[in-house]
Amino acid sequence: MGSEQQYIELYREAANVIRAKSCGVMNAVRDEAFETFQQVGFPSKKVERYKYTDVDAAFAPNYGISLAPLTVKPSLYLFNIKDAPVDVTPYYHKLADTSDAITALNTALVHDALLVYVPKNTRVADPIVVDNWLRGSAATMVNRRVLVVMGQGSDATMIMNDHAADGVPFLSTQVMEVFCQDGSSLDLYEVEETTPLCNRFSNVYVEVGRDCSVKHNGLTLFNGRTRNQCDVRLTGEHSEVTLNGCAIGGGDQFIDNNTLIDHQVPNCQSSELYKYVVDDHAVGAFAGKILVRKEAQGTVSQETNANLCASPDARMFSQPMLEIYADDVKCAHGSTVGVMDEAALFYMCQRGIPEAEARSLLKNAFMGQVIEQIKHEPLRQRLFVKVEKRFRGELEKCDDCRLCKS
Amino acid sequence: MLEIRNLHAKVGDKVILRGVNLSINDGEIHALMGTNGAGKSTLSNVIVGNPAYEVTEGSIMFNGRDLLAMKTEERAHAGIFMSFQSPVEIPGVSMTNFMRAAVNARREALGKEPLKSTEFLKLMRERRKLVGMDSRLVNRSVNEGFSGGERKRNEIFQMAMLEPTFCILDETDSGLDVDALRIVAEGFNKLRTAETSALVITHYQRLLDYIRPDFVHVLIDGRIVKTGAAELAQKIEDNGFDWIKEELAWEANSNI
Repeated sequence: MGSEQQYIELYREAANVIRAKSCGVMNAVRDEAFETFQQVGFPSKKVERYKYTDVDAAFAPNYGISLAPLTVKPSLYLFNIKDAPVDVTPYYHKLADTSDAITALNTALVHDALLVYVPKNTRVADPIVVDNWLRGSAATMVNRRVLVVMGQGSDATMIMNDHAADGVPFLSTQVMEVFCQDGSSLDLYEVEETTPLCNRFSNVYVEVGRDCSVKHNGLTLFNGRTRNQCDVRLTGEHSEVTLNGCAIGGGDQFIDNNTLIDHQVPNCQSSELYKYVVDDHAVGAFAGKILVRKEAQGTVSQETNANLCASPDARMFSQPMLEIYADDVKCAHGSTVGVMDEAALFYMCQRGIPEAEARSLLKNAFMGQVIEQIKHEPLRQRLFVKVEKRFRGELEKCDDCRLCKS
Repeated sequence: MLEIRNLHAKVGDKVILRGVNLSINDGEIHALMGTNGAGKSTLSNVIVGNPAYEVTEGSIMFNGRDLLAMKTEERAHAGIFMSFQSPVEIPGVSMTNFMRAAVNARREALGKEPLKSTEFLKLMRERRKLVGMDSRLVNRSVNEGFSGGERKRNEIFQMAMLEPTFCILDETDSGLDVDALRIVAEGFNKLRTAETSALVITHYQRLLDYIRPDFVHVLIDGRIVKTGAAELAQKIEDNGFDWIKEELAWEANSNI
């Protein structure tokens, strides 16, 4: 422990600059968030939800904070929070939980925010795409804040692509708050394709009203150290939530996904499917809790975590959890950790397929189940190709990266 | 083509092959019969290079090359094919992708360009028809949900795609009804050329009615103890292996 100190000092020095670059609604909660951060400090591995991630190690190096303004291309549904078409006070920092140190630190340091606002009864045909490039000339800390407001009866698909360039270390924090109001439908994809020098800490908070359909897909294709947390609160009946994840680790990569689905009301459905392939010395962790409160009768929930450890040195931690207080529910959870199917490998090699390719075909087949469930077809096709390339070791060559080409 | 000398092999600590000698020339069909556990499958697995089997002594030459020094896939590229006794299911890997990877890997090893997509699909269609395989099966994952007969036919289909020069049929007749057996055997015969050789492992004469062997070998206790013409298979079908074992015992005694 102890890496908090530099962030405390940073805040004391830079708070006024951050304030000046920010806006009222964000500044209103800043000091309080900082106070909380000072009190709670970074979670140690003794904190249940952080038991697999070494937060202190990630935050210890000296990063320069990026205070570059957020540039948002003018679009119908995507805004810089300063140009919000509605009053965001009822939304900003209403779901985020500052008892989590990462969220508290993000709230204190973030100077700009992205707003996705889809008005009532609006169906957005094309996906709302956010391409984020981490850039810097030295080790850089980037704090990102995203607010998504899906008005009643609205419908949208949102894709967030995270990339990194410049070959320097990055530390990024993200807090995303998602409001799905009654009858809305949201398909949210987060695709990370960064570098082994990147540290990512993302906390996503979703509140779901009644008659909603919400899907979150988290795909970690290439990274350094990643921890993604996704908390979903079901607050209206007859809603449906899907959390899917695809995590591919090799080298010394680390991927931790931590989810909570909180069934607060009756008659909702939730399902989770997270698949990991860890190779070389990579470490994967999954912990997913489904909480079915006493009031949440008629809940239907299915949680699956399936993992492939492709090398003897790769490690996987899996912790599916069901906590049920209602009695009329149908819930199931399961977890598997397997190794490469040697019989299948031999069969393929006998047909002349080189072993490395046979392995990549098997890994690809294993991950296919998650990719198949991606509703947005162009993205699904693109990800099939990306995942295949990833397993062939071709993704890190960065062949479609605009920065490398130009 | 294939020259096996004094081959000893084991699985784990269990010694299975205890000095196998076998020569197969171009164009010859050899049948291998023997009691359960005699080492027939071990021999075929050693030839194709299954990493679960360890060769402790002896050599295998294939067209002048040291087979035991070659990787499994290199042996396949050299023209060796095994029709598996129990082909595995590979969920999520489509037959098309699987065959494309296999065909192009072999082409690459032989210094040929990979097949263009249209050429490849045309080849798939042709060979599928040749062995009478349902088009629905090639659109599925490898062997997934295939019946026993469909799997065996799929093995012959893959053989047709890869055009090997040396084939091992490891109990291709097991689990097949009479009609399926005939179709699979006819498929194999259609694919044969004057240069193709095969080692046919079977317990029954039935398959050998369709694929007529030039030689029949009897493997007992890790050694080939008897070799004869095609008629030997019928004699074994009628009388079992005991008479061979008795002959062996008699020879062993007379040697003392």
